[in-house]
Amino acid sequence: MIEPSVGGQYFAPGSGAVIELDRPPADRGTQQRRATWYRQPALMSGLVITAIIIGLAIAAPLLTSYNPIAQNLNDTLQGPSAHHLLGTDQLGRDTLTRLLYGARVDLRVGFIAVLFPFCLGTILGSLAGYFGGWADLVIMRLVDVVVAFPFYVLLIALVFVLGPGEKSIYIAITIVGWVSYARLVRAEILVAKRQEYVLAAQGGGLSNLRIMGRHLLPNVISQGIVYAMSDIVQDILAIVTLGYFGLGIPPPTAEWGSMINDGQNFLTTHWQLTTIPGLAVVVVGLGLSLIGDGLADLLRPGQ
Amino acid sequence: MSFVGRRLLQLVPVAVGVTIVVFFMIHLIPGDPARTILQQHATPRAIAELHREWGLDRPLISQYWLFLNRLAHGNLGQSLIYGVSAASLIWQRLPATLWLIIYASVLAVLISVPLAMIAATRKDGIRDHVVRAVPLLGLGMPPFWVGFLLIYGFGITFRVFPVGGYGTGLTGHLDAMFLPALTVAIALAPVVIRSLRASMLSVLGADYITTARSKGVPARRLFFRHVLRNAVIPAITVLGINIGFLIGGTVIIENVFAIPGIGQLMINSIFQRDFPVVQGVTLVFAVLVVLVNLLADMTYASLDPRVSFDR
Repeated sequence: MIEPSVGGQYFAPGSGAVIELDRPPADRGTQQRRATWYRQPALMSGLVITAIIIGLAIAAPLLTSYNPIAQNLNDTLQGPSAHHLLGTDQLGRDTLTRLLYGARVDLRVGFIAVLFPFCLGTILGSLAGYFGGWADLVIMRLVDVVVAFPFYVLLIALVFVLGPGEKSIYIAITIVGWVSYARLVRAEILVAKRQEYVLAAQGGGLSNLRIMGRHLLPNVISQGIVYAMSDIVQDILAIVTLGYFGLGIPPPTAEWGSMINDGQNFLTTHWQLTTIPGLAVVVVGLGLSLIGDGLADLLRPGQ
Repeated sequence: MSFVGRRLLQLVPVAVGVTIVVFFMIHLIPGDPARTILQQHATPRAIAELHREWGLDRPLISQYWLFLNRLAHGNLGQSLIYGVSAASLIWQRLPATLWLIIYASVLAVLISVPLAMIAATRKDGIRDHVVRAVPLLGLGMPPFWVGFLLIYGFGITFRVFPVGGYGTGLTGHLDAMFLPALTVAIALAPVVIRSLRASMLSVLGADYITTARSKGVPARRLFFRHVLRNAVIPAITVLGINIGFLIGGTVIIENVFAIPGIGQLMINSIFQRDFPVVQGVTLVFAVLVVLVNLLADMTYASLDPRVSFDR
């Protein structure tokens, strides 16, 4: 049974269940008419926050004259002062400098890391959804296997066997992360492939590849993009967590996770060493989550 | 076939897949796994020994068969560090982890349900906006960092709760594990609050609520009998789906609070390069997730007669 729903979209019962369970329908506070993108307060504030952080990261060498990794053992564990606005760490490195340079590492790795699972998941999800049958069976069983492992357990185990470092992080996040995109895209394709424009394209004798790439994908990709925003937050958290376990970006590179880890020994006397890098992660998370929420509102078909 | 039968049948490919992943972990190690694992102890004899023990010199398929065969006998391999079986190490430490998982789930529900209720009943009010800001901030908080903040606040400054260990006896566990469980619950709450609020709102808009209202059911009774009951099932489902996240979170938090569970065992074994134990713990974690999901589905199916595979 196919029942029409608001906005002319067709929803087959059951097909949307995965999305609904994974991603509860995002909130719509005011039921105002859909505004253009720059009128979306969530999206705009998210973009501003994220742009400021990216700007700070890029401008790091201009904003501080200190070196993020050079030790200065005469100036260890200083409190905030005019010379060191956020103080120094146990090796006399300026905390603000390390925070700014850390943003470069964590944001870069976070943004790159999301690309591979996004692509892999989208491709596999499309194949499963479009062709069904064996392709669907095999790909969805793979999904079942990956989700059987707790996210952090598989991630930590994979980075451990591959050896710490940026490359291992990308591989591990791809192996663990593609499943969410595959589920999302598959569910969307299952709905979209019954619509008339696809049937028309099939009737017109277009190749499957062309139908998937040119007709289906542009229509189903938005959910994936919205999810990618919250996924970047998850990936940055994962990188920071790996850094905390000493499995992330190797020292002495400035990275927020290892900064928090270094600070934990001085929690009682120098709480700012632990607190500040964590706050940086929270602000990044806030910015990206706002973008994700704003996009979800913007892209959701007529409400 | 019955729901239960088909659900159990679904487990077979998952179980096979999980064992293949765990088995292949060793083969992801760059170079000769035996040499990498043994590192400075890699004498030719020790390498040959490990090759023989793990069957590394045989074809992959027979290595996997050997692995399965051992697994069927409950043998997860020998710890390279302690010289005892990995299974016994894991078995000793499992209770602390289970405690943490259950404690954290309870706290997550206790935090999320009232907040979601406040938000849903005062939709678009100030309280709703405050509650909706929680996930935005909460999703970006590294769990181990939250742990440090709680240690600093409640453990060091106010000295209300212990900051590490597992405690003894029921009250000891409840006391010692409060901060760790709260940390995991805080990591989980944003997701649960979001979906619980959404499901409460959709229940509030349902016809049977309008009917109940027009019958003159008092607001309080309406909420607890009609709304909450129907909204909690999706929340539990969300909790079930996120069980992987919850269980994975314990790995991190056990290390922050020095809880002797299998998460701490995993990280310790990683630092000691004790591969068989890391493999064993990874497998046990996957088994936990699969079992919890199975349990959740079964409970769900028995509670809600509409659940079936043929939707």
